[in-house]
Amino acid sequence: MHGPETLSSETALLAALRCGDEDAFSALVDAYGAAMHRVAMTFVRSTAVADEVVQEAWLGALRGLDRFEGRSALRTWLLRIVANIARTHAVREARAVPFSSLELAREASEYEPALPTDRFQGPDERYPCRWVSFPMPWSAEPDSALLSAETRKLIADTIAGLPDGQRIVISLRDVEGWDSAEVCSVLELNETNQRVLLHRARSKVRAALEGYLTTESP
Amino acid sequence: MNNEFSCQEMIEVVTNYLDEALPPGERQRFEHHLSYCAGCGTYVDQMRETIRQTGMVPREESLPPALREEIVAQFRTWKRG
Repeated sequence: MHGPETLSSETALLAALRCGDEDAFSALVDAYGAAMHRVAMTFVRSTAVADEVVQEAWLGALRGLDRFEGRSALRTWLLRIVANIARTHAVREARAVPFSSLELAREASEYEPALPTDRFQGPDERYPCRWVSFPMPWSAEPDSALLSAETRKLIADTIAGLPDGQRIVISLRDVEGWDSAEVCSVLELNETNQRVLLHRARSKVRAALEGYLTTESP
Repeated sequence: MNNEFSCQEMIEVVTNYLDEALPPGERQRFEHHLSYCAGCGTYVDQMRETIRQTGMVPREESLPPALREEIVAQFRTWKRG
């Protein structure tokens, strides 16, 4: 996980916060605010709405401060509040962002191969289910396209075009660097479905890189 | 080894493998397949590289200052109320 996930004296900070200490509050906002905003953006895809979600989330956190019992990390608790508020906003604005755990599970249940089946030999060929031809290794040269800003943009664009469940899961796991347990906790999703969505998303990003790196190479 | 993974099966369980979520028997079959199949070796390397590259997509590292201000102002109101 990235960032200051455990502030050194989180407990002391919380105690100060309950006494209305503004410095303690600012420290928390600086530690977790940007991550909360990024997560909100992942859910609602509009800066204006994400801003509102984050504001509401902080208010919700302050009001719920006495209910925070330290069973989860403070960070996870805050992010779960963001996720819940983002859901409410999505419903209110009739945005078609299906990230209730039910809809995510439904998205995971639809069959979708990681690669087109024609990359593998058919049942009547010599080695059924083996590669027709091996994937071409990507160049590891220091000046290769892999290192360029353009590659990062390709990845970001590919992620933006994924179905919502895949987009949200890969954003949290691989862009944000959360572990599986935290993603499942915040999305209220089981590990199996979470991994199905992640796998599809990663497979598509890999395929996009493959297309790009293979056509760009001499 | 009996019941080997095919290449087509391999590419469907890569994420489970990398997450260390494969049952021990399947993990063994996965690693056995990797020991002789260069194509799947390349594929797994590319999945790792994909994860690494995705982790380098730029992220917004701080709140927009105006929003931060509003959040802190909200705190002051909350404190009074």
